[in-house]
Amino acid sequence: MGDVLAVVIDGTIYASWLFIIAAGLTIVYGVMRILNMAHGSLYALGAYAATSVVGAWIRGGRAPLVSYALLIAAAIAVGLIFGPLIERGVLRFVYGRDEIVMVLVTYALFLILEDAIKLVWGVESYFITEPYGLLGTVEIGPLTYPVYSGALVLAAIVTGLLLRWGIYGTRYGKLLVAVIHDREMAASLGVNVRNVFLITFTLGTMLAALGGALTAPTVSVVPGMGVETIVLAFAVVVVGGLGSMPGAALGSLIVGLVRSAAVHFFPQVELFSIYLVMALVLALRPRGLFVAPEARKI
Amino acid sequence: MSRSRLAGSPLSLLLALAFAGSAQAQAPAPAPAAPEKPFKVGVVTFLSGAAAGPFGVPARNAAEVLAESINAGKAPAPYTKKGLGGRPLEVVFLDEAGGTAKQVSEYRDLVQRQNVDAVIGYISSGDCLAVAPVAEELKKLTLFFDCGTPRIFEENSYKYLFRTDAHAAMDNVAAALYVDELKPKLKSIAGINQNYAWGQDSWNDFEATMKALRPDVQVTTSQMPKLLAGQYGAEISALMSGSPDVIHSSFWGGDLDAFILQASPRGLFKKSTALLTAGETAMYKLAGQIPDGTIIGARGSHGVFAPDNELNRWLRATYQDRYSVPPVYPAYHMAQAILGLKSAYEKAQGGGAGEPSVDAIIAAFENSSFETPSGTIKMALGKGHQAIEETVYGMAKNSGGKLTFTHVKRFPAEKVNPPEGTKSADWIKAAFSKK
Repeated sequence: MGDVLAVVIDGTIYASWLFIIAAGLTIVYGVMRILNMAHGSLYALGAYAATSVVGAWIRGGRAPLVSYALLIAAAIAVGLIFGPLIERGVLRFVYGRDEIVMVLVTYALFLILEDAIKLVWGVESYFITEPYGLLGTVEIGPLTYPVYSGALVLAAIVTGLLLRWGIYGTRYGKLLVAVIHDREMAASLGVNVRNVFLITFTLGTMLAALGGALTAPTVSVVPGMGVETIVLAFAVVVVGGLGSMPGAALGSLIVGLVRSAAVHFFPQVELFSIYLVMALVLALRPRGLFVAPEARKI
Repeated sequence: MSRSRLAGSPLSLLLALAFAGSAQAQAPAPAPAAPEKPFKVGVVTFLSGAAAGPFGVPARNAAEVLAESINAGKAPAPYTKKGLGGRPLEVVFLDEAGGTAKQVSEYRDLVQRQNVDAVIGYISSGDCLAVAPVAEELKKLTLFFDCGTPRIFEENSYKYLFRTDAHAAMDNVAAALYVDELKPKLKSIAGINQNYAWGQDSWNDFEATMKALRPDVQVTTSQMPKLLAGQYGAEISALMSGSPDVIHSSFWGGDLDAFILQASPRGLFKKSTALLTAGETAMYKLAGQIPDGTIIGARGSHGVFAPDNELNRWLRATYQDRYSVPPVYPAYHMAQAILGLKSAYEKAQGGGAGEPSVDAIIAAFENSSFETPSGTIKMALGKGHQAIEETVYGMAKNSGGKLTFTHVKRFPAEKVNPPEGTKSADWIKAAFSKK
C-alpha cells in the first residue's frame, strides 16, 4: 500500500514537471502548427538564466526566500526576450510552409541555441542548491519529500488553470481558438493572426523557460540538458494529442505514473515503459487521446 | 567571375601578396639548430556535451599543461628529458562528442589526414569499443586513457592499442571489499546506475563481489535510469523505501550532481550509506551536499587519494597554476597516458636520441611499468596492453565546507584486478567466495 502511495506521489511530481514543458510545446503546435524542436533549448535557457540570477542573488548574501520569485522572473524574462526574437526574426519567414520545413527550421534553431549556450556559459556545470532544501521536508510514511516538490505540483496546477482561463475565459483566448480552428477564416474576419502568433510563441517560450527555471534547483545545469527533456515532452504531447491542452495534462499524468510505477515495481523496464504507453495509445488512437478526427477541407 | 579571369586580375595579385605576407608572419622563426620534428599526438576528449565539464575539460587541460611542462624539461625524474626523448610533443585536440560513428570517422581523419604519430583518447566506453578495431586496422599507436569497460582486452587482443588506466572491475571489486570491511553488520544493498555498458558492468561487478563475500546480502532494488535522465524522484523513493545499508552508484557528471542534489535534501544519504565509485569528480563543487560517511572513490589513487610523490606535486602545481582548481581523476588518467607514452618512447630509444620505430615503441610499452602521479602503473593484462593500478576508497567528512576523508583504504593493484588471461566476471566468482 505504501508503495502505491509512493508511486502516486512520485508520478504526480514528475507529471507536474513534464506538464509545464509539454504545455508550451502543445500550445505552439496547436496555434501555429509548428513542432518546436528548439523547445528543449529554451528549457535549458530558462535553467541557465535562473541559475545565474539566483546564484548571484544568493552569493550576494540576500534573503534566499526571494529566490523563488527570481526563478519565475528569469523564466518570464527569457520568454519575453527569446519568444519575439525567434518568432519575428526567424519563424515568420517560413509561415505557411510544410510542417516538415518548420521542423527543420526549429531544429536548426535548436543547434544554434545549444552552441550559443556553450558560448555564454561554457561547458561546466552550474548549481543553485538553496531553493530546493529551503522549504523543508515532509515525512510521508517511510519517505521524505522536499516541500519544493509540492510547490512544483502547485505551480503546474496554477499554470494549467491560468492557461485554461486564458484560452476559454478571455477575448484573446477566443481569438486563439478561432485561429486554431481555421486560420484563414479567422484572418478574413479581421483577427490579427500575426499578433496571435507572436503572443503564442512568447507564451510557449515562457513555459519552456519556466520548466527549466523550476528544475534548475534540483539538477546540475549542463550543456545538452534540454535534449532528454524534449524527447519526453514529445512523448507526452503525442500521447495526449498534439495541440490539446487537456491532452498535455493527461499525457503528463499517464507518463509520470507509468514511469513511477515501473521504477518502483519493475525497474528493469523503466526505460521502455514510456514508449510502450506511447505505442499503445497510438495503436488505439493514432492522433492521441484528445484530438478528434479532422474533417478534410476541400 | 571565372577562375581564369580572377587569376589574371590585379585583385588576385593583391590577394596573393596579402596571403604570402600573412603566411610569412605566422611561420615560426627559423631555429638556430635543425629543429626536431615534433611527435604529434591527437588527444580526443569531450569538449562539449554533459561529460565535458567534469571529465573532458580536466583531461584536456592536463594534456595541455603537461605537454608544455614536458617540452620545457620541467617534469621531475624520471621524465627530465625534454619532450619525448628530445622530440617536442605536439598535441592536437578533438571533441569526443557526437557518438561512435562520428568518432570512428574523426579517428580516421586524425590518422590519415592529420598524420598524427599517436592518438590518446576516449572517455566513453562506447567510443573505445568502436575505435579499437579501427586503430588496429590503421596500425596507429593508440592509448585509451579513461574509458572503463573490461571488454576491450578481455574479448580481443590488439597490437597497436594500449589502455593506461585500469578497467572498471577494479573500482567495483575494491568498493565491495571496502564495504565488506567497514560494515560488518551489512544486511542489504541497492544500486542506482546508468542504463548502458558502464553502469551495467559496474553494478554487475559490485553485486557479484558483494554476493560472493556475503552470500546472505539482500538486494533491495537495482535502479537503471537512462543516461542523462536528470530527474530521480521516483528512484530515490524506491531506494528509500527498501532502507538498504549501502547504495552503490557509478553515476558521473551531471547525473551524479543531480542525484546528489535531489537525494541529499530528502535525507537518503543519512538513512543509507552512499557509495559513489566516481564521486571524486563532484567533491569540490558539491562538498556541502555530500554528508559525512559517504564512501567516495576516484577510479584509482588519484586526486585527494594520490600518493605524496614528486610527480603528483608537479601535476597539482602545474595544473592549479593555470586553471586555479585542483585536478580531478580524469586529469590524472591523462597524465598516466602521456607519461606512459613518454616512458615507452624513451625506453625504445635505448638511451640514444634516435627516432624509434612504432614496433620498437610497442615492444617497449608491452608489459612495462612506469611511474605516474598516481604511483606505479603496470601494463599487466591484455598481453601487456592493459594497465592495472592501485585504488583507494575513503569516507567523506565535512569540515568547514571542505571534504576530508577518514577510513582511507588503499587496495594494491593485484588484489583488485583479475590475473592475466582471466575474465573479470569469472575471477570475481572464483576469488571472493568465502569458504
